[in-house]
Amino acid sequence: MREFAALYRALDSTTSTLAKRAALAAYFRQAPAADAAWAVYFLCGGRPRQAVPVKLLRAIATERAQVPDWLFEESYQAVGDLAETIALLLPATDGTGTPVPLHEWVEQRLLRLRGTAPEVVAPLLVGWWDELDAHERFVWNKLITGGFRVGVSRQLVVQGLAEATGLPTQVLAERLTGEWKPDAAAWQRLVDAAEGAVPPGRPYPFFLAHPLPGPVEALGERNHWAAEWKWDGIRAQVVRRNGETFLWTRGEELVTPRFPEVAAAVAGLPEGCVIDGELVAWRDGRVAPFALLQQRIGRTKLSAAVLARAPVACIAYDLLEHGGTDLRQLPFGERRALLERVVGALGHPAVSVSPLVDADGWPALGALRLEARSRGVEGLMLKRIDSAYGIGRTRASAQGEWWKWKVDPLSVDAVLVYAQRGHGRRASLYTDYTFALWHEGALVPFAKAYSGLTDAEIAKVDAYIRQHTVEKFGPVRSVTPKLVCEIGFEGIAASPRHKSGIAVRFPRILRLRDDKRIEDADTLDQLRALAAAPS
Amino acid sequence: MAVLELRPAGLYCPAGDFYIDPWRPVDRAVLTHAHADHARRGHARYLAQRDALGVLRTRLGPVSIDAVGYGEATTIGSARVSLHPAGHVLGSSQVRVEVGGETWVVTGDYKLDPDPTCVPFEPVRAHVLITESTFGLPIYRWATPGRLFAQIDDWWRGNAAAGRPSVVYAYAFGKAQRILAGVDASIGPIVCHGAVELLNHRYRESGVALPPTLTVSGPAHAADRAALAGALVVAPPSAQSTPWLRRFPDLSDAFASGWMQLRGARRRRSVDRGFVMSDHADWPGLLRAIAASGAPRVYATHGYAASLARYLCGQGLDARTFDTREFDAQYSGEQDEPPLAGEGDAPGTAPSAVSDGTGDGTVDVTDA
Repeated sequence: MREFAALYRALDSTTSTLAKRAALAAYFRQAPAADAAWAVYFLCGGRPRQAVPVKLLRAIATERAQVPDWLFEESYQAVGDLAETIALLLPATDGTGTPVPLHEWVEQRLLRLRGTAPEVVAPLLVGWWDELDAHERFVWNKLITGGFRVGVSRQLVVQGLAEATGLPTQVLAERLTGEWKPDAAAWQRLVDAAEGAVPPGRPYPFFLAHPLPGPVEALGERNHWAAEWKWDGIRAQVVRRNGETFLWTRGEELVTPRFPEVAAAVAGLPEGCVIDGELVAWRDGRVAPFALLQQRIGRTKLSAAVLARAPVACIAYDLLEHGGTDLRQLPFGERRALLERVVGALGHPAVSVSPLVDADGWPALGALRLEARSRGVEGLMLKRIDSAYGIGRTRASAQGEWWKWKVDPLSVDAVLVYAQRGHGRRASLYTDYTFALWHEGALVPFAKAYSGLTDAEIAKVDAYIRQHTVEKFGPVRSVTPKLVCEIGFEGIAASPRHKSGIAVRFPRILRLRDDKRIEDADTLDQLRALAAAPS
Repeated sequence: MAVLELRPAGLYCPAGDFYIDPWRPVDRAVLTHAHADHARRGHARYLAQRDALGVLRTRLGPVSIDAVGYGEATTIGSARVSLHPAGHVLGSSQVRVEVGGETWVVTGDYKLDPDPTCVPFEPVRAHVLITESTFGLPIYRWATPGRLFAQIDDWWRGNAAAGRPSVVYAYAFGKAQRILAGVDASIGPIVCHGAVELLNHRYRESGVALPPTLTVSGPAHAADRAALAGALVVAPPSAQSTPWLRRFPDLSDAFASGWMQLRGARRRRSVDRGFVMSDHADWPGLLRAIAASGAPRVYATHGYAASLARYLCGQGLDARTFDTREFDAQYSGEQDEPPLAGEGDAPGTAPSAVSDGTGDGTVDVTDA
């Protein structure tokens, strides 16, 4: 745990990618296999389920810190992070106990906490805290709360592994894809110089697109590029091997049982076949709004009613493996031709190939892109006809390979009415805002937005909020309406749960409108009209 | 009648017709210390501790200042006034005011940790204590100075070994000198920003021992660069990302402040290291100082005043907050929470007319 906590500190206290890579490599060089396996698990975003209920954890920490409940809460509000609050409040120790290795902390301790009786948990936690110094406690608490996150991408972890082991990043990335069982054997297989047997269900690393950075004409000739709609669903890979079906999301979560209709539909694919595509809500032979798909996300028990209300289909983008052969280095055009044959032969309504958007020349394509919203898509995908299927979000080269060309967001000018303090980097700062629009002479809250302002703007808004607080409701402050922001969002849906009767998708702050008075802000009716109007 | 009361211009003593650290121009001001948010320009007559005189002269210009030593009682009207060490910065004081047998003590900013650059805090018995509460939450607990300076020395030594300058941002008045006096000066040369060096002079004039410091100006030469590669550079926060720093290529930087206790604050600062170093009392320090005053009635002001007051009430004291915002609409500073960025500490250059309390991150304000 000591080394792992030190790694966390090293990663957390620098913004330099080089320094992070070096810290990762240094850790992996010295870590015992069983520890390294867990480190990989956590660094790649793996999270065991919350080991101790938050309420119990707080109660034990409050008692140990000998502070009143309200003072714990005040402290938490200032810190903005439960794990850190607890680490700061616990009585100081030197953390001089005999160091226990990470895998023991996890396997013998963390994983055994779940479901343990509170009166047993309390003395265990207190004893373990006493073994750690303040920083180690913080990391340990993060593991307990299931909130462990540190600013490294999977790609960076792979690079650190490559530096430590001398293996090519590509090999490591592929070996890491799929389900990672954090034990010494898995680590040995990961860093084994010789290629071992591939687990049958393993997907390929997803290839991701960059946002188009400049004018589309800079991509060169239109006929070197394939254009598809950018569907609004869940990116997924269908793996069909050994007579079994595996459905993986981009987060590398195995979700086969959650989408039984898709799993059944692809069962007829030939052996040794991997398709990259999008899971979308599907009704009457066409894509339905994402809101419908949301009813399926996170649901493990699927009633017949849910399945009937929100059916799901797969729109296929690409063919990564066929007849057991890895096709990723073939040109996109060839892979796609083969994909059309495979999906055509399957002949199932729940699986279709993402159609190419026909438009001669960039201006015509640009005109079609403007129809995206009314078509229920996010914009266009542009893929070079001769592009290979890469790994992850590889650095965009001048020509690039795959681009996403989204439509501009919808936007309204809205008034800031409530604010709440943020978390993490924004702890103690008022960064989480609720915005309102006019309706019948009153400001009606319609959306919360957190992102989009620069640090300097946040500082300004934070100062305004502190000086113009009208009332405090726990952590929330209402403020004198004065600040107007342009709020961007992707779509609008009716929602009985919202006061405004409307829910907007992906709201974010596009900019501060210092030039506008609150009287200039938009109305709910204008927002509704946006939903109706073709964009 | 209360010994002290809050008026639009600040904390007022009716019996002596004077104010303590007033924020609007008054006839007579008693100052706790020379930080710009406490020592404002424009008063007709000042009273301050003798060691603060040098800095006050630099900041206030040729005004009328009565200088007194610690513990020296003066009579103003029917009030007996004396200043007592607060351990915050050079010349920082608690103000003891006694009227008709009732004693009120205003702590000003203070800390209990040992600091070789100023006289240590001395508890003063009081009937009513007005205490600062900048760090009035139990999450704020400082490491001992020994441990803190070991961290700074380790960081400096590591950088020096790698041929890299170590730039630490610290408030020019107080914090910077505490760093100078606390680090292991044998590690390498120490360079101070001009704003810091100006205050170093005042400290040295008052007999505070500081290690030798260099200043740099003019274009940087290759030879200087080599010499400065292993240096510790002490600069005010406002120097961050200014051209002045270009002469220290490949630097590692750090920020020294009590707010660095929180990970979020460290990350916002975007420096390599955050040293948790404050010239204010931490939570245990506040509780110790309050207990030592023996005061049954306590007012908390600045920072987390409400939390501290509520806690003290739970301990059986008559405690309240002192919300200065209600009394001065112009007083634009946020009182109850940490500053965002606490920029700027160049003495004499800050627009003192807008200096505000605890810092909205724009002006020369408190050093936390």
